[in-house]
Amino acid sequence: MEKTHTTQQATIPFWRDERVLRVLGQIIFLIAVIVFGYYIYNNMITALAKQGMTPSFAFLNQTAGFDIGERLIEYERADFNKRAVLVAVLNTVQVSIVGIILSTILGVFLGIARLSTNFLVAKLSSIYLEILRNIPLLVLLIFWYTGIFITLPRVKEAISLGTSIFISNRGMVIPWGIPTETWRAYLIVLGVGIVLSAIVNWQLNLVGKRTGRPPLVTLWTIITFLAVAIIGWIALPQSPLTLDLPTLQGLNFKGGYTFSPEYLALLSGLVIYTAAFVGEIVRAGILSVSKGQIEASRALGLNAFQTLRLIVFPQAMRVIVPPLTSQYLNLTKNSSLAVAIGYPDLFAIAGTMHNQTGRSVEVIALMMGIYLSTSLITSVFMNFYNKKIKLVER
Amino acid sequence: MSENNNNDPIIVCQDVHKWYGQFHALRGIDMEVRKGEVIVIFGPSGSGKSTFIRTINRLEEHQSGQIVVDSIELTHDVRNIEAIRKETGMVFQQFNLFPHLTVLQNITLAPLQVHKWKKEKAEEIAMQLLERVGIPEQAEKFPGQLSGGQQQRVAIARALAMQLKIMLFDEPTSALDPEMIKEVLDVMTELAESGMTMLVVTHEMGFARSVADRMFFFDEGQIVESGSPEDIYNNPQEDRTKLFLSQILQH
Ligand SMILES: Nc1ncnc2c1ncn2[C@@H]1O[C@H](COP(=O)(O)OP(=O)(O)O)[C@@H](O)[C@H]1O
Ligand SMILES: [Mg+2]
Repeated sequence: MEKTHTTQQATIPFWRDERVLRVLGQIIFLIAVIVFGYYIYNNMITALAKQGMTPSFAFLNQTAGFDIGERLIEYERADFNKRAVLVAVLNTVQVSIVGIILSTILGVFLGIARLSTNFLVAKLSSIYLEILRNIPLLVLLIFWYTGIFITLPRVKEAISLGTSIFISNRGMVIPWGIPTETWRAYLIVLGVGIVLSAIVNWQLNLVGKRTGRPPLVTLWTIITFLAVAIIGWIALPQSPLTLDLPTLQGLNFKGGYTFSPEYLALLSGLVIYTAAFVGEIVRAGILSVSKGQIEASRALGLNAFQTLRLIVFPQAMRVIVPPLTSQYLNLTKNSSLAVAIGYPDLFAIAGTMHNQTGRSVEVIALMMGIYLSTSLITSVFMNFYNKKIKLVER
Repeated sequence: MSENNNNDPIIVCQDVHKWYGQFHALRGIDMEVRKGEVIVIFGPSGSGKSTFIRTINRLEEHQSGQIVVDSIELTHDVRNIEAIRKETGMVFQQFNLFPHLTVLQNITLAPLQVHKWKKEKAEEIAMQLLERVGIPEQAEKFPGQLSGGQQQRVAIARALAMQLKIMLFDEPTSALDPEMIKEVLDVMTELAESGMTMLVVTHEMGFARSVADRMFFFDEGQIVESGSPEDIYNNPQEDRTKLFLSQILQH
């Protein structure tokens, strides 16, 4: 049997051998891509040359010369362009990460609410999903910005939530911590907390492997970290942060931390919009677990919580993760609509930089490269997780 | 709990009624099952067979009447429901194996989580059960990699791992290709011979004739007729039973 098999294979002409054809197909595709890419590149270089320019990223080491209203790191107009790019990237990354976290939380609630047996809850969330899914995000962002955040009362009449959170047409001010002398020591405590919770995580996973009964690993990991953080805070002679309460002084608030109306509008728009899609994904994921799975689990004597945790959740996650990944990527890319309401994200600052330097090709290439790499990083991470939980089929 | 005498009923149902909204699905079911008995339930589609055996482990709630399993009455008391679920296992038409767990994990899940056994013990018993249903070599595979007949045998092993007293089967071979039906029925026959109390909804008349102690014919939510396989096959009393038997025995 084995023998006839090999002799037969030896007689196949290569142009009919599927293994050869597969490799050949890939090689041809690769060549086509290279030729096409070279053609485009050549075209661009010739076009630039006609204008007397050669592509160069030297502008990154020139003075930027423009201000950026919102930033997570120090920046002045005398700084180099590359510093401005960094400010922009951090702004985009920050709004994306916060947006992803909030839209996941809101989306999970919406998805579960839509499955609720309570008619009103289910109906309200389905109306929400229907409306939000059908409004273009750009419209939504402009609505939040011009319709809500900048029509809020002026600073003097700011709406106060509690005693020290103020909302006005200048944004939202909240109390903020100012580091004291013990702050550095506290950072070490937090580092110890991370190490300890990693150890707890590792050990509990081992326990789960040994007993076949996985403990609530994530929960205990978080509890360990929080416990260290709280004990450290109390044990230090002086608390590591003092509270900086915002107060009205003259025409504006002093102290605290201010979120600009642009940031708030962008974040609210992205979160509310993306949450609608996340809600649908969560709902579909939960529904994908058949009733028979739950019945089988209950018939075996597992209680409702065990069934949810060990049967429903792991199966729902397999359905949820891939489309959720693309929502996360969408949110990140959609954050470039910030330009419409004047939040200095990567796209907005790249636009300014383009105007200042005239280096359109380079600026756009740089921007695409950055968006592409954030997306790829997210994808790689999510694909890794997805592979870990994938189902084995026949 | 006192040791059950072989003649003591292990399941007692008295005047069990169940409605789905307006629809009266079970209309006063009375049944007593003794320990070690094999009961076959048959009848036309929609006659309430599934509904009935699902009330016994509370996958469906009955609205009036009484169900007592191994001296525990089924009430709204969650503790009773859980106690009864520990004594009864169920095998479904669609197998309902957990696709994200291996065969071995499917079988050990409930013993580990519910009985809190040691992993070694649970796995040892799981392997014994896989031997018993004839597929020890499949332990590390996932359900999606098995044939229907193999999946259903894993489902039986999974239920048996809970060391229970009563097995409920809801059309266990209806979703199987003909050549796989026998391998599942063989396992069920062996189980019946080992003294397990079994309630089986099935239309496999060969199995019923050779294994059942008593048969119940269901129609429109009621027990129309019951008796030994001999009585039912050779001497059915009711016209509806005769008609139904003639229909299913034709092919
Ligand atoms: N969840 C349900 N809601 C409403 N009606 C149901 C439900 N489940 C079953 N029924 C009805 O109850 C009757 C009995 O169903 P079932 O017990 O599944 O029948 P069988 O198993 O004998 O084919 C059928 O008429 C069916 O339509
Ligand atoms: Mg049925």
